[in-house]
Amino acid sequence: MPARESPLKHRALLWAVALLLAALALLALGLLVGSTGLEAVWQSRLDAAAWQIVWDIRLPRTLGAWATGALLGLAGAVAQGLFRNPLADPFLLGSASGAALGVALMLALFGGAEVASGALSSTWPLQVGLTGAGFLGAVAGVLLTLLLAQGVQHTLRLLLAGVIVGVVLGAVKDLVALAAPAILQSMQAFALGSTGFIGWSACAVLLAVLFPCLALAWALSRVLDGLALGEATAQSLGLVLAPMRAALVGVLALATGTAVAQTGLIAFVGLAAPHLVRAVVKSTHNHLLVLSALMGGVLLMAADILARWLIAPQELPVGVMTAVLGGSYLLWLMHRRRPGALMP
Amino acid sequence: MTVIARSVPGLSALSARCVSARLASVEVLHGIDLALPAGRWTSVVGPNGAGKSTLLKVLAGLLPFKGEVALLGQPLSALNARRRARVLSWLGQHEPGGDDLSVQDVVMLGRLPHQRWLASPSAEDEAACERALIATQALPWRARALGTLSGGERQRVLLARALATEAEVYLMDEPLANLDAPHQADWLATVRQLTDAGKTVVSVLHEISIALQADHMVVLKDGRVTHAGAAGDAATHRALTSVFDNRLAIHTVGKRFVTLPV
Repeated sequence: MPARESPLKHRALLWAVALLLAALALLALGLLVGSTGLEAVWQSRLDAAAWQIVWDIRLPRTLGAWATGALLGLAGAVAQGLFRNPLADPFLLGSASGAALGVALMLALFGGAEVASGALSSTWPLQVGLTGAGFLGAVAGVLLTLLLAQGVQHTLRLLLAGVIVGVVLGAVKDLVALAAPAILQSMQAFALGSTGFIGWSACAVLLAVLFPCLALAWALSRVLDGLALGEATAQSLGLVLAPMRAALVGVLALATGTAVAQTGLIAFVGLAAPHLVRAVVKSTHNHLLVLSALMGGVLLMAADILARWLIAPQELPVGVMTAVLGGSYLLWLMHRRRPGALMP
Repeated sequence: MTVIARSVPGLSALSARCVSARLASVEVLHGIDLALPAGRWTSVVGPNGAGKSTLLKVLAGLLPFKGEVALLGQPLSALNARRRARVLSWLGQHEPGGDDLSVQDVVMLGRLPHQRWLASPSAEDEAACERALIATQALPWRARALGTLSGGERQRVLLARALATEAEVYLMDEPLANLDAPHQADWLATVRQLTDAGKTVVSVLHEISIALQADHMVVLKDGRVTHAGAAGDAATHRALTSVFDNRLAIHTVGKRFVTLPV
């Protein structure tokens, strides 16, 4: 009965197109905004330095902000579906702090020279190594949270475990940074969350991880639909949950780990993107995942541009922007919802 | 390839031998032996904490257990999850969630065992969903989100999800929860249609008067089957009043039984 289904599908498609157009518009805007302002774009044809500013700094950075936001939005949608919890967020499940610890360890052990020379994450091996470390750290963080929470059934326990894991792993990361002072400065930028370090190689890593993650999550979207009706129901529908869940935790960890490795801790995008999508489109997870990724991309791009523009030629760390904006959104969300509705 | 037989009246749709099961390290079912007749409606009754829901989950293959369970003559352990899901449809008790899914999406999930991975719904899937939505009178809400429905409306949609599977065996835990009297009657009619078509229905019910309208009854107490027999038998009625500490009286009104608390 295509006539009946089309309004919902149309709506999802319309939003996808709108979010893509918004991303393109923000990409154009992102090329224009920076410490040297608009002139850089006009001069880029004549001036090699201006050319470099626009094409080697602003473009990869803006594109990278989109890819990072998309990874976080996707990770958030997967986490919320997987744990059947609207408050689940890559940062509330210990994955981000795990990834940060992984990155800190990697930098302390292998990245000393590059970090000392100020060229953080500029070389390919370090780039891939940081992403790998971020991924392993994220997996460890999520598993530790699940272990402490004894599964995903109890929402409050899950969130508390996530907070505890976040604090403890954060403390361990600080110890690592103290033991290896060479990485202190880059860890500082890392803790604030910044898109400023994204060059073309980081951008390539982000995009190379985003698309397989999106494809795998999309392929498993039926599992998330089934899980929405409860674990037992999902199982009764013939879904073999253990390996599918493991694959989804893998997607969550890889997406978060990659984003954190390249940009540090950027809060709330993973939480807000799926929420905003669900507020406008009620749909199955195949649409929800793609739209959440697109929404995350647009959110972080917008936040990045704001962060560059608000106090230009200075700039704010984008993580601070998202924390302020996302925190306010979360407060509004909690205020709007009935008491207890967030804790099913 | 193993071929699953259709339910044959007179044979068992589901049977259990020496089944015990644990919930969080506490043994809830102890050595259950059961044979549930195919093509019939069996109600499972017993006081709170008797293990009714656990028994249903074990029979549906949703909980680990010791012993043997056979579905249409085949050991449950020999069936893969997908094939089992096509033959056996399960409706849980008070299942929360899915609030953002549309009614149509929820009911279509019942077709998941029949669909190829990532394939779009076939015409047959659409038709099965429509039949299920009509049977539960949920058709007008198919575009609405599950979260916008009342408790009873939600229950009817979840029931439609279970029906859409068009399985041979239906296990329903508290299917009448939140349903008003007319829709309880509709549920009875649906069950009769299913058994008339040779399907098997097993339900856990707290509404004893309705449970007594079943063909077959299993009485549980403290994780053991104290009686299994025709729902109209005097022996079944005695077993029933006994597990409720004789705080229940069964009266006959016309051709039906009605229970009153004592």
